[in-house]
Amino acid sequence: MIRQERMQVIKQQQIAHHIFELTVQGELAADMAAPGQFVHVRVADSFEPLLRRPISVASIDFKLQQFTMIYRAEGRGTSLLAEKRAGDELDVLGPLGNGFPVEKAEKKAYLIGGGIGVPPLYELAKQLNKNGIETVHILGFESKQAVFYEDKFKELGETHIATVDGSHGTQGFVTHILNELPKDFDTYYSCGPTPMLEAVQWAFPEKRGFLSYEQRMGCGIGACFACVCRTTKSETDYIKVCSDGPVFPAGVVIA
Amino acid sequence: MTNLTVNLPGLNLKNPIMPASGCFGFGKEYAQIYDLSQLGAIMIKAATVEMRLGNPTPRVAETASGMLNAIGLQNPGLHKIAGEELPWLERYDVPIIANVAGTTTEDYVEVAREISKSPNVHALEINISCPNVKQGGITFGTDPMVAQELTRAVKDVASVPVYIKLSPNVTDIVSIAKAVEEGGADGITMINTLLGMRLDPKTGRPIIANITGGLSGPAIKPVALRMVYEVRKQTDLPIIGMGGIATVDDVIDFLSAGANAVAVGTANFVNPFVCPEIIAQLPQKLHDLGYESVEELVGRSHRL
Repeated sequence: MIRQERMQVIKQQQIAHHIFELTVQGELAADMAAPGQFVHVRVADSFEPLLRRPISVASIDFKLQQFTMIYRAEGRGTSLLAEKRAGDELDVLGPLGNGFPVEKAEKKAYLIGGGIGVPPLYELAKQLNKNGIETVHILGFESKQAVFYEDKFKELGETHIATVDGSHGTQGFVTHILNELPKDFDTYYSCGPTPMLEAVQWAFPEKRGFLSYEQRMGCGIGACFACVCRTTKSETDYIKVCSDGPVFPAGVVIA
Repeated sequence: MTNLTVNLPGLNLKNPIMPASGCFGFGKEYAQIYDLSQLGAIMIKAATVEMRLGNPTPRVAETASGMLNAIGLQNPGLHKIAGEELPWLERYDVPIIANVAGTTTEDYVEVAREISKSPNVHALEINISCPNVKQGGITFGTDPMVAQELTRAVKDVASVPVYIKLSPNVTDIVSIAKAVEEGGADGITMINTLLGMRLDPKTGRPIIANITGGLSGPAIKPVALRMVYEVRKQTDLPIIGMGGIATVDDVIDFLSAGANAVAVGTANFVNPFVCPEIIAQLPQKLHDLGYESVEELVGRSHRL
């Protein structure tokens, strides 16, 4: 069920260049059904800025009723969000959208993330590992300064890092690493910039894959028709990233 | 007990609060989070004869205390709305105001005739003011004579009262209001969005794919309020006011300026519970102001 809740901020810290990790507590955490679902956060109680910010969830602690969001503080809204401190309240709407289908993986999964698309893959990796699935993580960042959660992913499985400027890991994009790796996985999951998702999709046409898309949103619940994408399933329809997605099976979205 | 009911042509409203067209889909998303029967009415998303895919993305951009949109009247078309969406809404005890859009007079007439036959459609809102479609839409709303002729044509075929949705993107909104009154309109809804744009500061490119979009949200409230006030001075037609309403105080302002009921648009995106919250707050607010009914308060700024 979607709920709107004033959640309590437990912890906020900067974990990379412009990247913040924010943990909140409340009943909404218990409703998170799948990794890859997101929340829509109101960064101020005023009408400036007006719209909520869609933020991805990096890990969920069902026992403590907490979850951790990771976001890039670049614009006005996310910069205000970065000012929240432990003890503050945060207006959160969620959980929203359909996440990654954890049960689809059989033995081994590739998790491919780019930049701020990396966070939802962490909860996914945790849940896959819990189900006995081997996970390999291929994560791309702009530079060494922007890299986060490398050690956390390493604890869960083989982890490869690419940076655009080569300051850490392999120089280039995640696709450079993917070309070198064995194709012995059954399912891949990916989240990141649309061109990256497209490249990943083309790299593994024969594999089962799930991609999480981004689009500018208004309401976050499917009512405003702002975040639509064309679909290969129908010439006369759009799908909504917020409520039909953000995760779609590979081959469905026309980016 | 404070009396929230409002009686308008075709509409016996439990309360004067309704979600505005285009900001509420066909109700299904909000029905997941609260009981739609609480609402005074629902103005559903625009219907056109054929289905419309709408504009390319990005379709929205945030602005200071507001947002721009250029959805482009995306909708599944008259027959799907009348055959599927409206029957689904029958489970709720709430009158529906169907928003009618088109590119020609014939389009408007066909949609108005057909959709007004649906049992839960109690009134039509004729959208002559959408700024985001290249043909039709706003072109009908900027020329008083064209607006009047369209009103007459729709009135001829509609089996429920007809409200005309006015555009703020005109020099003299009062003349359009007078013209549609002359054309036989049963009421007015106002205002639609204000045409605007936003550029990417890095590249100088417009952010919205359609280049321009309709500005909504708290930023436009003073403009909308002024227009409702001006139109109320010149006509006795019922007015459903809208434009930046986000709080119970905003509702009081619009009613004071002369609106008989109000619609809440963009605020639904910010707080999906905004309509039921305002409905719950309204009795106390009226009581604090010394009024026993909504109808007593309507137009009070003109009586001062």
